[in-house]
Amino acid sequence: METLADRVLAGQRYALARTLTLIENDAPEGLATLASLFPHTGRAHLIGVTGAPGTGKSSLVNRLAHYYRHPPEGQPRRVAIVAVDPSSPFTGGAILGDRIRMRDLSGDPGVFIRSMASRGALGGLARTTANVVQALDAAGFDIIFIETVGAGQAEVDIARLAHTTLVVEAPGLGDDVQAIKAGILEIADILVVNKADRPGADATVRALTEMLKMAHPTQETIMHHGRRMVINAGQKTQKKEEHPSWVPPVLKTVAVDNRGIHELAQAIARHRAYLEETGEWHVRDRVRLQSELENMLGEALMQHWRAHTAAEHYQSVLEEVFSRRLAPTEAVDRLLAQSLPPAA
Amino acid sequence: MAERRIRVLIAKPGLDGHDRGAKVVARALRDAGMEVIYTGLRQTPEMIAEAALQEDVDVVGLSILSGAHMALVPRVLELLRANGQEHVKVFVGGIIPDEDAPALLEMGVHAVYGPGTLTDDIVADIRRAVLGGENGNPTDQS
Repeated sequence: METLADRVLAGQRYALARTLTLIENDAPEGLATLASLFPHTGRAHLIGVTGAPGTGKSSLVNRLAHYYRHPPEGQPRRVAIVAVDPSSPFTGGAILGDRIRMRDLSGDPGVFIRSMASRGALGGLARTTANVVQALDAAGFDIIFIETVGAGQAEVDIARLAHTTLVVEAPGLGDDVQAIKAGILEIADILVVNKADRPGADATVRALTEMLKMAHPTQETIMHHGRRMVINAGQKTQKKEEHPSWVPPVLKTVAVDNRGIHELAQAIARHRAYLEETGEWHVRDRVRLQSELENMLGEALMQHWRAHTAAEHYQSVLEEVFSRRLAPTEAVDRLLAQSLPPAA
Repeated sequence: MAERRIRVLIAKPGLDGHDRGAKVVARALRDAGMEVIYTGLRQTPEMIAEAALQEDVDVVGLSILSGAHMALVPRVLELLRANGQEHVKVFVGGIIPDEDAPALLEMGVHAVYGPGTLTDDIVADIRRAVLGGENGNPTDQS
């Protein structure tokens, strides 16, 4: 009999949509389908798009997807978009509104858009986003955009999932100290200043460029006594590197007017070429699969532990913590010692 | 661990530009714990059916104030069926003359809501329609 996985591989769109739902819901059939699809993954270019709410992530993804569907040269690429919006922490409900900005893509069978609610996860993605992306990868999409929840500073899970991470900024969102804080800017492979027709765009570009110079002190051209000199800042520590490290470019776009999109697509292509030439593509793939595996292992261990722990025992230890007689670290030791059978 | 969330597409087919009602309903469904995909104004039936398919929704809510419901609704229903989504429950809200409601229900619309409908009633209807048993998605009711 034809399985759900067969139908996904055959390009049946409703089978794909059903599979994504089953994966999101942790349904056994979804996980089984995912396992059958797994050998067919690893081909798509995963492009993460993150940034603060209102910077224009959805509009930018819309334009980029349109560009890949109608490239100035070469074959159109098949594009999938996974757009994550936050779930309410109180009701679990969500309004998923990213499609509003993606109406230009409607009616194109080479595009598949899926909205996801974060369902309580805090890293900017949903817990099952990586699995959903895998299913889309197996379904044969060449490029998969993953648009995160409108993110501030700490939502950096996307960098582990994507090959290329775009961090989208807009003018006037913060002073230059924001640009030197740790976190989201550090994960950027490409920095995009969207809404660049607004006042302050050049100042934003300057602040980001300065920040990058400090983060990537590879080579700098300076004027010294009237002569141009090239200084390799990291020369002593870097052993004859064959490939220069990637310095994230800062690009200006106006997504609503379709400005800067061609240049952005070129930067994405350069980053992909860089990943392939340096072997970084392979490395990122391995890091990602390992971290996904470890996440799953963590969840499975937790379930295993719960199944092997008497609820009353857990409750009694919890009570000791509540009454400040037992520190949480000691509680962990005790709970693990008494419940987990030795690894077989 | 496994959770099943009701997914609803709220769409405005046709040309009227008033989406206050649609947004109020979207918000109420969100507050009832549902995942609501909101697609914005001026959607064609084709766009709505495509979104319903890609998002694998349980429910499609159509908000129509333009008077074009007798043309738009059958087309949406037809496309959903053509895509194999005949189990999707379709609700229609907006300005629907009383005499048109029976015809809409006859063609397969699950319920018609006029002005003054309580959002609590819509929430209850959707819960009953989706989780109530018949024609649901038996595979992911875990």
